[in-house]
Amino acid sequence: MDFDLSDEQRMLQDSVTRLLAEQCSFEQRQSHLAEPFGYSHGLWAHFADLGLLGLPFSQDDGGFGGGPVDTLIVMTALGRCLAPEPYLASVVLGGGLLRDAGSAAQRAASLPDIAQGTLTVALAHAETPARYDLAHVETTAHAQDGGWTISGAKRFVLSGDSAHKLIVSARTQGAANDVSGISLFLVDAGAPGVTRRGYRTQDHGRAADIRFESVHVEAGALIGTLGAGLPHIERAADVATAALCAEAVGVMERAHELTVDYLKVRKQFGVAIGSFQALQHRAVDMLVAIEQARSMALYAAMMCDEPDARKRARAISAAKVQIGKSARFVGQEAVQLHGGIGMTEECQVGHYFRRLTMIEILFGDSSHHLRRLARAGGLAEG
Amino acid sequence: MDLRFTADEIAFRQEVRTFFEQALPADIRRKTELGQRTSKEEMLRWVRILHERGWATPAWPDEWGGTGWDPVRQYIFKEELHLAPAPEPISFNMNMVGPTLIAFGSAEQKRHFLPRIARMDYWFCQGFSEPGAGSDLASLRTTATREGDHYVIEGQKLWTSTAHHADWCFVLARTDGGARKQQGISYLLMDMKSPGVTVRPIVTIDGHHETNEMFLDKVRVPVANLVGEENKGWDYAKYLLGHERSGIARVGVSKMRVRRARQLAARVLCGGRPLIEDERFGERIAEIEVELKALEITQMRLIAEIGQRQDGKPDPKSSILKMKGSQLQQASAELLLEVAGYSALEFDPAFVAGSAATVEGDDWALALAPNHYWARHVSIVGGSNEIQRNILAKTVLGL
Repeated sequence: MDFDLSDEQRMLQDSVTRLLAEQCSFEQRQSHLAEPFGYSHGLWAHFADLGLLGLPFSQDDGGFGGGPVDTLIVMTALGRCLAPEPYLASVVLGGGLLRDAGSAAQRAASLPDIAQGTLTVALAHAETPARYDLAHVETTAHAQDGGWTISGAKRFVLSGDSAHKLIVSARTQGAANDVSGISLFLVDAGAPGVTRRGYRTQDHGRAADIRFESVHVEAGALIGTLGAGLPHIERAADVATAALCAEAVGVMERAHELTVDYLKVRKQFGVAIGSFQALQHRAVDMLVAIEQARSMALYAAMMCDEPDARKRARAISAAKVQIGKSARFVGQEAVQLHGGIGMTEECQVGHYFRRLTMIEILFGDSSHHLRRLARAGGLAEG
Repeated sequence: MDLRFTADEIAFRQEVRTFFEQALPADIRRKTELGQRTSKEEMLRWVRILHERGWATPAWPDEWGGTGWDPVRQYIFKEELHLAPAPEPISFNMNMVGPTLIAFGSAEQKRHFLPRIARMDYWFCQGFSEPGAGSDLASLRTTATREGDHYVIEGQKLWTSTAHHADWCFVLARTDGGARKQQGISYLLMDMKSPGVTVRPIVTIDGHHETNEMFLDKVRVPVANLVGEENKGWDYAKYLLGHERSGIARVGVSKMRVRRARQLAARVLCGGRPLIEDERFGERIAEIEVELKALEITQMRLIAEIGQRQDGKPDPKSSILKMKGSQLQQASAELLLEVAGYSALEFDPAFVAGSAATVEGDDWALALAPNHYWARHVSIVGGSNEIQRNILAKTVLGL
């Protein structure tokens, strides 16, 4: 066992932290949110310059060959300042899926552009009846004119309103819940028949509901093997969940710091409220919850590359259960310990609470992942 | 960064496991599995087997019979010990008085006591708590008055666990009544056969006799049995808090209980079906497994972090391990009780104590409620979880 970051990882951590301190303070973030699509294209360009946008791609694909721990470092830093940039959606989730499932031609056509910050992609997968079930796909793709015609409605597409390209899951065979018969297509977001309704999310992020009405794509748009898209989607979701867990740790850390700082300055009854044991103990319980979450975020990162998909899924679910539990506790306690001011829009802590609440939902909540873990036999075998 | 065990560590685990499979006497294994308590004879028999192998005091320095294992190996060893499942050698000896003497004892004290502590020729108990000194240990009132070559100890100790088995006791007593309360305390080694020592049993809520009260009436202790300097005992006692890091969370104990719960739940029927097939129950187990996995990694992280401290002082963050570890020991004890259901109803303290050879009831379940009751003590003993929170609030959060 080895918990040390390599020199390169330490440098990555330092440079990301420095960049965000300069460019993504809470006040700067407020103005980023007001830009079109709710994030700063200037900061995004800085991400590209720093190599963050190509971090998880191989050098052949125009990236830097980073692993899950590198992604963890970036995500935790982004979490600390609630950066609204579509890193998770475009680089980790969309880019990650293309990296793992795309053909050489598809990778060459997209990953270098993602790395340079000129292209963003989003995974359009979820549908209304599916809830968290990744195998439920009703959108269809029919063979037509040597290509495919896609029809259906996708929802909750993270950063789906700003993405230039969409990775769309569609059924080429079978019934809505079949595990086989799902195929993936790379679709231009501006293609005829694609309509998007973008909206702000609870945590000031962006998402979109997207309709596909007889959208025609070429044969080369198919990602991976026909009908065998689900394992790629599961893997991409697991990898993104691990990244989300790392982000959650950053969000919780900062929410806790803000809270402890507040306990030291807020005076009531003539003393700092941090002198009250009832509040001290709650702040300590937050610390413990964060340390447990940090451990599971590391575990999730380590298990991203596990070749046995069942083992990987169990580990990711276990991590998401812990993160969800810690996130809920830390977010709610942070507001409680701030008292009335924690309820206001102007106070930072509420924004952290809102992000933590959304993190618990994304890629399946604690109940969903606990069920998935229990049905797979728990963590008993390690 | 790599959270996986190395090939060497995996081989080490196998070596340890094989040793336990072969060396742990079947009767002791069976009793531990059923949650029965270990008798004095069984503890001594087991410790001597470990001692023979050189593994009774793995965390001690090499020159005093340690193993030289790094914290990861020590952790693996302890986990395998708990999973065997084998009784843990008495902590008073191995984790408390031994390391205290190694750090602060005289050459003569080390030479005489350490080998006997390691082999448990001397069974030690701890004379710290008093009726008026629990969480506020420094307010203890037992006195040790110097008379020539002896200290004369006068007072009352409480929660003196295993005092009825013990040959020796390490005692905190006040040698300077005028000083600030932490400053006038000394650390003494007291022969339990000394005239004036009276041990009275305390039966705990599990129906078992493990702990005691101890009355000290003009007990004479040779000055040679003072550890370190007079009036510095509080520092020595504090040195140990947070020092014993590799096992403080007892992840292995909780793991063993969860594993046992899975095994038993496969046998226990619920409406004619194995309980393990109940989805709600499966999720209960999985939830504890998640917390345990997190704690295991937290523990390894903190050990690595603490190992990198330059000052060699105990890290207050080990309080996190104490808190979370005790909560999970309790949760896993509760889980086992839940598996037992009605089978846990029968009260048989003789079985729990390990003295009943055969029983007509459900032997697999008889110790589960008492062990759940007894598990409540782990968040009270050694600085209650509330005291741990005070420590963390002050030292880590700066509140």
